[in-house]
Amino acid sequence: MSAGLDDKLSDALVGTRRFFTRAQVSDDHRAMYAEGGRAGDSFYRDRWSHDKVVRSTHGVNCTGSCSWKVYVKDGIITWEAQQTDYPSTGADKPEYEPRGCPRGAAFSWYTYSPTRVRYPYVRATLLTMFQEARAQYGDPVVAWASIVQDAEKASRYKKARGKGGLVRASWADAVEMIAAAHVYTIKRHGPDRIAGFSPIPAMSQVSYASGARFNELIGAPMLSFYDWYADLPVASPQIFGDQTDVPESGDWWDAAYLIMWGTNVPLTRTPDAHWMTEARYRGQKVVVMSPDYAENVKFADEWLAPAPGTDAALAMAMGHVVLREFFVDGHVDFFDDYVKKYTDLPFLVTVERQKDGSWKPGKNLVAADFENAARTSENALFKPVVFDEGTGAPVVPNGTLGHRFGDEGVGKWNLDLENLKPQLSFWSEAAESVAVRLPRFDAPDGQAVHEERGVPVIRVGEHLVTTVFDLMLAQYGVGRPGLPGVWPEGYDDPRVPYTPAWQEEITSVPAEACARIAREFARNSVDTQGRSMILMGAGTNHWYHSDLVYRAMLMLTTITGCQGRNGGGWAHYVGQEKVRPLMGFQNAAFALDWTRPPRHMTQTAYWYVHTGQYRYDTFLADTVGAGMSAFPGQTIMDLLLKSARMGWSPSYPTFDKSSIEIPDLAAKDGVDVKDWVVDKLKSGELKFALEEPENPENYPRVLTLWRSNLLGSSAKGDEYFLRHLLGAEGAVTARQAAPEQRPRDIAWADEIVDGKLDMLMTIDFRMTSSTLFSDVVLPAATWYEKHDINTTDMHPFIHSFNPAISPPWQSKTDWDAWKEIAKRFSELAVDHLGTRTDLVVKPLWHDTPEAMATPHGVVRDWKLGECDPIPGKTMPALIPVERDYTAVYDKMTAVGPLLDTLGTTCKGITYDVGAEVEKLRQEHGVVATGPAAGRPRLDTDIQVAEMIMMLSGATNGHLATQGFRTQEQRTGQRMHDLAAESEGRRITFADTQLAPQPVITTPEWSGSETGGRRYSPFTVNIERLKPFHTLTGRQHFYLDHDWMLAMGEALPTYRPPLDMTRLFGEAEIGATGELGVSVRYLTPHNKWSIHSEYQDNLFMLSLSRGGQTVWISDQDAAKVDIRDNDWVEMVNRNGVVACRAIVSHRMPEGTVYMHHAQDRLIDVPLTQRDQKRGGIHNSMTRIMMKPSHLIGGYAQLSYFFNYIGPTGSNRDEVTMIRKRTTPVEY
Amino acid sequence: MKVMAQMSMVMNLDKCIGCHTCSVTCKQAWTNRAGMEYVWFNNVETRPGLGYPRTWQDQDEWKGGWELRRNGRLTLKSGNRLKKLASIFSNPKLPSIQHYYEPWSYDYETLLESPVTRNYPVARPYSLLSGKPMNVEWSGNWDDDLAGSGEHAVKDPMLKGIEDKVKFEFEQTFMFYLPRICEHCLNPACAASCPSGAIYKREEDGIVLVDQDKCRGWRMCVSGCPYKKVYFNHKTGKAEKCTFCYPRIEVGIPTVCAETCVGRLRYIGIMLYDADRVLDAASVEDDQDLYEAQVGCFLDPYDPEVQRAAEADGIPGDWIEAAKKSPVRRLIMDYRVALPLHPEYRTMPMVWYIPPLSPVVDVVKETGYDAEDRGNLFAAIDALRIPVEYLANLFTAGDVPTVDKVLRKMAAMRSFMRDINLGGDPDEEIAASVGMSAEDMYEMFRLMAIAKYDERY
Repeated sequence: MSAGLDDKLSDALVGTRRFFTRAQVSDDHRAMYAEGGRAGDSFYRDRWSHDKVVRSTHGVNCTGSCSWKVYVKDGIITWEAQQTDYPSTGADKPEYEPRGCPRGAAFSWYTYSPTRVRYPYVRATLLTMFQEARAQYGDPVVAWASIVQDAEKASRYKKARGKGGLVRASWADAVEMIAAAHVYTIKRHGPDRIAGFSPIPAMSQVSYASGARFNELIGAPMLSFYDWYADLPVASPQIFGDQTDVPESGDWWDAAYLIMWGTNVPLTRTPDAHWMTEARYRGQKVVVMSPDYAENVKFADEWLAPAPGTDAALAMAMGHVVLREFFVDGHVDFFDDYVKKYTDLPFLVTVERQKDGSWKPGKNLVAADFENAARTSENALFKPVVFDEGTGAPVVPNGTLGHRFGDEGVGKWNLDLENLKPQLSFWSEAAESVAVRLPRFDAPDGQAVHEERGVPVIRVGEHLVTTVFDLMLAQYGVGRPGLPGVWPEGYDDPRVPYTPAWQEEITSVPAEACARIAREFARNSVDTQGRSMILMGAGTNHWYHSDLVYRAMLMLTTITGCQGRNGGGWAHYVGQEKVRPLMGFQNAAFALDWTRPPRHMTQTAYWYVHTGQYRYDTFLADTVGAGMSAFPGQTIMDLLLKSARMGWSPSYPTFDKSSIEIPDLAAKDGVDVKDWVVDKLKSGELKFALEEPENPENYPRVLTLWRSNLLGSSAKGDEYFLRHLLGAEGAVTARQAAPEQRPRDIAWADEIVDGKLDMLMTIDFRMTSSTLFSDVVLPAATWYEKHDINTTDMHPFIHSFNPAISPPWQSKTDWDAWKEIAKRFSELAVDHLGTRTDLVVKPLWHDTPEAMATPHGVVRDWKLGECDPIPGKTMPALIPVERDYTAVYDKMTAVGPLLDTLGTTCKGITYDVGAEVEKLRQEHGVVATGPAAGRPRLDTDIQVAEMIMMLSGATNGHLATQGFRTQEQRTGQRMHDLAAESEGRRITFADTQLAPQPVITTPEWSGSETGGRRYSPFTVNIERLKPFHTLTGRQHFYLDHDWMLAMGEALPTYRPPLDMTRLFGEAEIGATGELGVSVRYLTPHNKWSIHSEYQDNLFMLSLSRGGQTVWISDQDAAKVDIRDNDWVEMVNRNGVVACRAIVSHRMPEGTVYMHHAQDRLIDVPLTQRDQKRGGIHNSMTRIMMKPSHLIGGYAQLSYFFNYIGPTGSNRDEVTMIRKRTTPVEY
Repeated sequence: MKVMAQMSMVMNLDKCIGCHTCSVTCKQAWTNRAGMEYVWFNNVETRPGLGYPRTWQDQDEWKGGWELRRNGRLTLKSGNRLKKLASIFSNPKLPSIQHYYEPWSYDYETLLESPVTRNYPVARPYSLLSGKPMNVEWSGNWDDDLAGSGEHAVKDPMLKGIEDKVKFEFEQTFMFYLPRICEHCLNPACAASCPSGAIYKREEDGIVLVDQDKCRGWRMCVSGCPYKKVYFNHKTGKAEKCTFCYPRIEVGIPTVCAETCVGRLRYIGIMLYDADRVLDAASVEDDQDLYEAQVGCFLDPYDPEVQRAAEADGIPGDWIEAAKKSPVRRLIMDYRVALPLHPEYRTMPMVWYIPPLSPVVDVVKETGYDAEDRGNLFAAIDALRIPVEYLANLFTAGDVPTVDKVLRKMAAMRSFMRDINLGGDPDEEIAASVGMSAEDMYEMFRLMAIAKYDERY
């Protein structure tokens, strides 16, 4: 029987259709064919048609840096799609096209959405007050003063924050109020009582620079972001002396073994994920470590699921295996050579006898410590030594910190070992040894337990020394015959750290799997000369002890020779965006062309203090320190104060007197202002503001946000912010510290001041929690309405924003908005401020000789009489600068003269930029009159972009070459050829409009793109023997600072997540009660948003659950009768969240995920607990600071903006979760 | 022989990251308008899961596609065409809006315009259909990343018959993504279902379109399409569906979903087929023979006889050249790694899929397993987290060995390439063990991994 349709009758009847249609019906009557292009198609042709396509990108904090085509029809933005014109990576690699993600693809929705901020807004309560006062006093500054000085009025408008009542204002009125608040605050309290916050410049550098330039010109600190977001891996400065430098995603292709550990690439690196999926086809093995079945697990060959927060245990055990099999029982020349040349493992460390007769690891032995040729050489206290096998003596190798500065180090700051043969270990069967006490932190009660394990030692002068390597083996529990102490019997011995069996009890990862993956990882590196890579990120980095997690992981990539290799090493992917034209950016953003130094503040510490969270530390530093007695009787707040006064960390507001009043007082006394300050500090007449945080003289008054949603996204302890910073309603129920838990050196006010801020101003294009709570909201142009530049470390290109349409309604670009503010500010300053001297108090900086302030990392506190207060040495540097407040606008819009006289400095290299300034003069034109007369103009956003690109080696080949030539003198190594191919190349804004442009290899970064190579960090260090910016000049594992030693963290170790039951009395995980079941509370990145951006976007909401959700395992859900999509409530001492549950077995029992950052603006009902609006993900968290992050003034542990600082960790939290039983109301 | 050209797509599910960029760019370009709020021409499903609309694969319920009658003739599953004509006023097999989802928005303006309130203002959801406040209970992508779950995926029609192999427990978790557009079938059931003759297959490239002028909104196409990829615009009262972006294809640029796919997993190309063979192929008796039968319809553009016939049938020369270079053809015919979605619906779908690999299960992990180890190369396929049976239910009407063969080729490619990656010589035996030459294996690697823009489209 032949095939056919239906039966013959139907066929005959229906088949008649073919006679009635013009289209062709197939002979078998199945289908009708018709040629395309007929009238019926026109509907879709119309839909597709458009007038123009404009290149732009997204200024969002995602590291994507994707170039987009924006389609415009009839002057309306219709949609967007990815550009595909990235320069090629070469014939044998995948390409970067197309880059983009669903969030970015939905961006144009915002342009015309009902959540768009179209006009300036002010809360009616405040606007009315201001208008009345303005009418009464005539002067806006006086008017502002009359409001904020009136307690009743101030309280009234502050209490109204967040609760609706925003009304339209004109730009002139809104800007005048903002300018008046700034002028008043500077006049009354000092410029360091103002702060600006805008995150992650890389994504829109001009927009960041706009407000930053204004703030720095008036002397207001810019708040950091990388540490605040907990994205800064403190292990990076600790080990590499580098903020963070990572491979571009194209370099994943080069890896032959890839572990994804705490970074969920498909979600958070969506446009890059293909490199990972494709590299597998090249035979790359992929392993994922993740506590849940995360999206990236799908691509793995193997999935190991360590319990949340226990990653360091797994990494330590893997290190145990690698050390045992490749360094002790086995030997690999490649590893041996690498660690001797590029790490501190062969360096000598003293072993010191304690009062109780025990031994402890001590300090790095340096040239100044013993009889040797270099003992009296320059910087001898910063020249650590190795033991030379050849001469049988301790010797200073090239490349130490001591060689980096000063005349004697010229040509010697390099990693050339010359004839030196560093000895890795002093072990032999007959070696002398001592048992050193090493802490472990895995006891059930969380308290440190000490164990003794032996290290071989030799004598150098009066010192008993061993090597870092020998200490490392002792720490990792890798025994060798003849050494005393407690050692494990084998991998299967769970009693002694850090064996595979030991970690299995903590992580639940099978010991076998742990050992095998470690072995494979190292073996692969042997086979490929270092092409084993670990991608890491928030999952492992957002913990309180993340520095330890990372140090344990970085041990793996470093001792196997993977760092500084294409396809190898660490790849830290969270918040790490890279401002490729860094040097030019710093000048534009921080106004270094006009005034130096800038005021930079660590934001975590800032809010820890000014949102009153320090008051809720119901523990002493030693409690959180697991009983190591590192800081007897002190609180974290005490340590913060100590850090500030010793010049380790920045601290703003700095003193209890205005920074512009102090120079006047000194002048009145006829004393140099520095001497005056030192004197008054000693006498106690001048105090750090930190000493009395609740004193109205001592807290910030004005905060401006742009490109930022602090209150809906990054504010750890959001409810503390609302109550104490803003004076609004907050859901905190935590108790404050009891008298015996309070700071020792800080005045304890009876009450916290609620509503510290006089003004919160936000510039944004959409409504967020931050705009909702702001006093003034200015309407911003979107990313499709302005010029700007964008870079990332995920790819090596720089490209541009361009307006597809002009800023609609009354929105303005960030640059134009800040210009308006600067202009009015300068006008108001004429009567109120004039020119003032401002005393800038600056911490000791990394990459400068100030990093040699603390020999041996021995802490000496002038306040305790342990040394004299010497500015720039034992306390912060004191630098008076002159600020002409009437000229702020003129300076903001011109390129300043310090570039001509001082050049510009980046990461320790100073550049002459005379020719560059001259080019800017020619291209931008010259300011004719006024304070900036003769200077290159800086009127437009494009000109700011040009300034940034002109003044950076990444975009200007002349500067890159110059920088390398300068570096050649210090290192004695050939460098400049790295940029030679691009010496004449300069990337202009017009170039970035044509297509993404590949950047130039520059000393601003540690890797090389030369010859079209994929970027991998530290390749220049490894290949050109350029030292790392550390004490030894090598990758550093042993941190001998007093505090690190005291905390038991001189070496990598495992410390469990914080015990919130012990610290705060929260219920133990798994406990059930009236409020549900207690679970660990994590806030990973969200699939449907980039931080809080896009979470309110209708497309993203339609593809997800349409509002706030929390993911919970089926087991936990069953315990408290929660079903999928049930409304639930989470409650802990920090706040309350009302949201819906997503129940899935891909979640591990005992842990919930509330994805960061679901703002409280979309479908959040009133809570069951207190009938108030539910909170955000950060309503459940709070700031927890770790003392070791406050260290400064010592080698790589010295401060720089976003380089080091306390991280606002957020993963150690717990909460109760229950099913909602009362009706859902709004 | 009647040579026809078909614009076709292959999606490599092994590379799909489930990001939904394709869905958003498609929605923005095509269906972001009134009447189409609930419509996603392109959607991405997490499997196991219910899909969009919910349980669309359950043809016992929805009666989509064709079935083979005992007389050996094909008939629409929902009844023959005559019956359809007779029942156009009461189409019983339409998914309700709840099977898709009730589209919603929010009163966003409250955030800016709220008067002074007791509590912080919030934007509440309201239905785009009724305009009333609503509690969101389903979306077009509700089970995204759930990896199933006892609540939802137990109802996944694809689990039928393999319930014992899938446990929704932490240790057994697996999931993958299935992006879907219209299949632009060689034997489209939607077109056959249309009483108005409004659905047609373009002669030159096989794209299936709804003539917006002719459509009378009977919605028989919605029922007839087993993939549920024809949608009803409730504002215009007409059917709409994926157009394979013909306004773009016609000027030589790929579809929106393909060009914006950041996983770089979509390939577009021409397939030549013999239209005279389609009905026979769609009518083979055993569902599991349908894949081979459909492959049998495809013509080799390098075959001089095919070239002559194509010329005679009016296919332009450059189309024949395009068919030679077609990455889709290479993946379907040369390497045999792409498979059709639900061949058993007998519509001869033309969007094909490369099935995904997945991590090995814990039991293998504990005993020591190395994916790149030659010795483990094939043993591993049985230990993958995604049950091969589940993939077979999607792509081969349940025929496991065919899926198994594809997965083995991918595993072999990785092993083959690892030797090269590590600087060694490739082992031709690896390629031979899955019936490929070393050269083909390397070329397949380039097409799947390096996948330059010009190679994908």
